[in-house]
Amino acid sequence: MSLPADPLLIADDVSMSDLPGEVPEGPDVVVRGRRQLVLRRLRRNRAAMAALVVLLLLFVSAFLGPTVYKAITGWDYEGQDFTSFLSPPSATHWFGTTQIGGDVFAQTMRGLQKSLLIGLLVALISTGLAAVVGSVAGYFGGWVDRALMWIVDLLLVIPSFLIIAIMMRNVKDAGWIVLVLLIALFGWMITARIIRGMTLSLREREFVLAARYSGVSSAGIIFRHLIPNMSSLLIIDATIAVATAIIAESGLSYFGFGVKPPDVSLGTLIADGTQSAFTFPWLFMFSGGLLVLTTLAVSVFGDGLRDALDPSSKRAGGGR
Amino acid sequence: MGRFLLKRLANYAVLIVVATTMAYMIASLALHPRARYEGRNPPPPAAVVDSTLTAYGVNDKDPLVGRYVHWIGGVLHGDFGKTVTGGSINAELGARALVSLRLLLIGSILGAVLGVLVGVVSAVKQYRLTDRFFTAFSFFFIATPVFFTAVLLKFGALTVNDAAGTTLLNYVGYATPGLDAGFLGSAWDQVNHLVLPTLSIALAQIAYFSRYQRNSMLDVMGSDFLRTAQAKGLTRRRALFKHGLRTALIPMATLLAYSFGTLVVGATFTEKIFAWHGMGEWLVDSITNNDINVTATVAMFTAVFILLSGFLSDVIYAVLDPRVRVS
Repeated sequence: MSLPADPLLIADDVSMSDLPGEVPEGPDVVVRGRRQLVLRRLRRNRAAMAALVVLLLLFVSAFLGPTVYKAITGWDYEGQDFTSFLSPPSATHWFGTTQIGGDVFAQTMRGLQKSLLIGLLVALISTGLAAVVGSVAGYFGGWVDRALMWIVDLLLVIPSFLIIAIMMRNVKDAGWIVLVLLIALFGWMITARIIRGMTLSLREREFVLAARYSGVSSAGIIFRHLIPNMSSLLIIDATIAVATAIIAESGLSYFGFGVKPPDVSLGTLIADGTQSAFTFPWLFMFSGGLLVLTTLAVSVFGDGLRDALDPSSKRAGGGR
Repeated sequence: MGRFLLKRLANYAVLIVVATTMAYMIASLALHPRARYEGRNPPPPAAVVDSTLTAYGVNDKDPLVGRYVHWIGGVLHGDFGKTVTGGSINAELGARALVSLRLLLIGSILGAVLGVLVGVVSAVKQYRLTDRFFTAFSFFFIATPVFFTAVLLKFGALTVNDAAGTTLLNYVGYATPGLDAGFLGSAWDQVNHLVLPTLSIALAQIAYFSRYQRNSMLDVMGSDFLRTAQAKGLTRRRALFKHGLRTALIPMATLLAYSFGTLVVGATFTEKIFAWHGMGEWLVDSITNNDINVTATVAMFTAVFILLSGFLSDVIYAVLDPRVRVS
């Protein structure tokens, strides 16, 4: 029977025992699967669990909220209430109304929905790209490695915010898909470098050599052996990429280079509300507050996830 | 060390050229100065539009490479070309660069220095109240975009001013227009205008640096050489500051280079929100106005600034880490 090599795992089991006074005998405690251990560590991290609950609530309210709200009050994000302009939050308009009578709650939920969607998609694409490019560069080495790393360096130097802003200038319809692709395109480089470094040491390991000698193709080794072995890092990175992407999206939308009307995102709502942030705070504070809440919850959860997946991690917490 | 730095400098020069070229090409392909003349009533004659655009160096009917060579040739002689309305870019560049540099330099220095301090204090007081407070602080400001921080600061200033009954904190522009208060008076006035915008970008920087500094300090605090230093008779405090801090600072040098990019983007929001007429505001306006030359100029300014900071971080690295100097 193989025992977990990580002393922390054993310590976990001791401290998680149902009867605190009773120390399990000897080292042959129950050997748990890695997944179970990670989940237990995560569950013990109160901040991470709170963040997870907040995130779930945000998702539920962003995707179900508009329907429920319409059923209760009868307003959606496109409707205009000609009887109340710029009215403060009330029972009929939970977050108040805009200059032209739009319902701020419905718009904010719609914006949150779009921002979350963009964040998730960007994280998926950019982390996937980083995993593939990093491991291909590290596994093959030679000119493949040099070419890919040159592209990485180049993309790191190019002012991405500026390039995305210029390119988004001409995009009209379905602009947010293009935005997702552009943000993802400029967001994978640092992770790819880390993945490449890890691949360099992984590819010398016995299991990779064994796979190679038993005739597994290079693609098979990369996708079935190398990338799964770096999954902790990739999961953590994808989580943090969600927060980074949401901030990038809202920043671009703030200047009108991101999500374009009639679509709304948290960034466009904040931009619209900034001018009147002091006189009509509900136009600004709800969307701004939700944006901060989202990114904060994602980074706290990502930090907890890192502690759970990789207890010996020395990387700094709090996102990038 | 000189060779190492020279090599880096040459590398950065190449990167600046690449970044600028790329920005110029993409801006030329994506922006349409001609659109400014379409839809006018009465429509200007096509020949006039063409000759005007050619004179400004932005005519999409001229070959792109030719326009680029002309522009970059001018830049090498210190002439950044014309804006889309025919004004001289040089005339505006100096004033705007100065406005931005003031914000960026003070913001980055303040952010890095305070961030390191906060990180060290957090690490030394790990899990105590101070550390918990700073951790919460950094999580909040890392998660908060600059435009939200800036508006919150403005909101705070408004509340303070209302409570005090006078304008204690200014939040519009970088000086009171038409102020006549002598040298000291106007200097104080400028500092006063600088406080909030600088804070809006420095807070995120402090948060960011402090997290990394805390971690690297914690690593060092558990290391053998620090125990040795204490065993040889140094007090813990002296050991930490004489031997620990220097080692813990090395990773910050790299971070410095990476963080400038975020800083420049952040400053764009700050300039827009606090009505500072700097490079960031210029960039956003020029993209909206289809102004190719200005966009490329600002891109070049940004690239130079970011790579200078990269160079600075190389220098710090070489000073802190003797191994770099040898190899």
